[in-house]
Amino acid sequence: MSAPSGGGASRDGYGAALLEMLDDDKVVVLEADLGKSTKSCLFRAEKPSHTVSLGIAEQNMMLVAAGMATSGYVPFASTFAIFSERGFEQVRNGIARPNIVVHLCGSHGGIHTGTDGSSAQSIEDLAIYRTLPNMTVIHPCDDISARELTLQLRNHDSPSYMRTARNKVPRAYSEDDIQKLQIGKGVVHREGDDVAILACGVMLNEAMNAHAELEQAGIHATVVDMHTIKPLDTKLIDDLTRKCGAFVTAEDHSVIGGLAGAVSEYVVANQPVPVEMIGVQDRFGESGGSDELLQIMGLKSSDIVDAVKRVIARK
Amino acid sequence: MNAVDTAVILKDLLWKVAKDCMERGMGLNVTELEAMAKRCRRNIVKMVYNAGAGHPGGSLSAIDMLVGLYGHRLRVDTDSPKASDRDRFIMSKGHASPGVYAVLHERGFLTESDLDTFRKLGGPCQGHVDMKWCPGVDFSAGSLGMGLSFGIGCGLAATLDSSERTAWVMLGDGELQEGQIWEGVMAAAHHEIGNVKVIVDRNGIQNDDFCDNQMRMFDVSQKFSSFGWSVMEIDGHNMEEVVNAIDWADQVTGGPACIVMHTVKGKGVSFMENNPKFHGAAPSEEQFELAMEELA
Repeated sequence: MSAPSGGGASRDGYGAALLEMLDDDKVVVLEADLGKSTKSCLFRAEKPSHTVSLGIAEQNMMLVAAGMATSGYVPFASTFAIFSERGFEQVRNGIARPNIVVHLCGSHGGIHTGTDGSSAQSIEDLAIYRTLPNMTVIHPCDDISARELTLQLRNHDSPSYMRTARNKVPRAYSEDDIQKLQIGKGVVHREGDDVAILACGVMLNEAMNAHAELEQAGIHATVVDMHTIKPLDTKLIDDLTRKCGAFVTAEDHSVIGGLAGAVSEYVVANQPVPVEMIGVQDRFGESGGSDELLQIMGLKSSDIVDAVKRVIARK
Repeated sequence: MNAVDTAVILKDLLWKVAKDCMERGMGLNVTELEAMAKRCRRNIVKMVYNAGAGHPGGSLSAIDMLVGLYGHRLRVDTDSPKASDRDRFIMSKGHASPGVYAVLHERGFLTESDLDTFRKLGGPCQGHVDMKWCPGVDFSAGSLGMGLSFGIGCGLAATLDSSERTAWVMLGDGELQEGQIWEGVMAAAHHEIGNVKVIVDRNGIQNDDFCDNQMRMFDVSQKFSSFGWSVMEIDGHNMEEVVNAIDWADQVTGGPACIVMHTVKGKGVSFMENNPKFHGAAPSEEQFELAMEELA
């Protein structure tokens, strides 16, 4: 895979994808007073006729989107990840249960959001949405992959939740390799036989840094962008179980129920191998810089390196 | 003319034919609607009795309006329940499902034997109305507070489509205690949605007790009015008023309209009337026989 340059926040990719769908009159965009943050404002500026502002009222937004979807439209509704959770039961009963194709985007997910503090740092969204039948759950790592996966959602046949992040991270993709991205399929960025690091969101960057450190120590790690948490790419996990025999998951999310949960549930029920989990350890965040928070939460590349060593010792 | 153009013209023509085939109401007069409502009341009580569970009270309070809507107003197609240009009916208080099933039976969406499946495994008549299970049902309800928002989505889509289809939403008065309702009330007024019509079934009773003992709603009409809605109050058991209110709501086009209908929970069955016990309880065998006599 080529070496992309620069950095991009996944929320920017969401906004860019909406702009690429301007010519599709079946696409509608719904906002709950955070369009400037989620980047749906870009679409609104170009096509206000197909943008619905619903004020600070997330529960209403979920069902308005459902009503439009059953009338032939493809709604993309966004707010902060944390505030989408206020409408969780609406998503459960009004969208997932009747399998209405609404695409919900929760931006500013994870502790990486930073200085706003714990009230804005959703660390449970991937877990809760993953429990809903019919839901696809996606967490891209950068703007380019977020744009491509959002574009794929336009023709997706089930409701979805996509978490995007506020801050820029080094890009993992370039325009030349977006064809590797497919909903439900992990993307292998580095190959190695000793361990497989499965990462999502901003943690893919930390996993790539960990890979470099591990190479220096003679440890060869596979690194995967596991952008789709559900449906989980179980074929890839089967292959990596045989090839590497140990996993480390890495996510800016609670270790309970998210990527760690999804991978562990599958691994223990099929071919059990050791799994170590890098994520938020059952605690809330606090105000701070993104990198400071990654450090105090144990989400840095050095933490992944340590987890790799532990998991290899358990093989 | 190329093949694609021909296909587009043919599709448009077929759509217009289908649209014209959809009947508005069933062409029934008030006396005939009253007779239909009585048949529905019998079926409501039968369904709940046969299932040994269900919500007769709120079905019996709502049924005259349901009959008014399906018998007088709604453009729906039994041969094509998902026809894109049909009117939508959204029963937000989804526990009043026996009322919906009874009227869908009258309109031809459900057979008599379908009604026997109420609350039974695998049948179309789920405990709460469900669009995935039952033909003619437009919204999967069961969790209060969500139907108005869904109706607004249907209304916005109809406007984008330049369609005349309308979304009719029935809310319970207890349901108005849900915050999401007022999010929707604000949104419908803000967006000046003229193709969404709300009916509040003001029967005064909710699950545990009388509404006034649980959470007083005070003047419901004034509440909607102060949010920018057009409001009409009626006796929800007077079929002539019901039909006139439906026609009135149809004439309101610049913004949302709300019919607050004063009703009696359990209307038509003496021991159920205004009795909180029959919000969600089935009659005994003896009570069932008595109800059938009263509704004969």
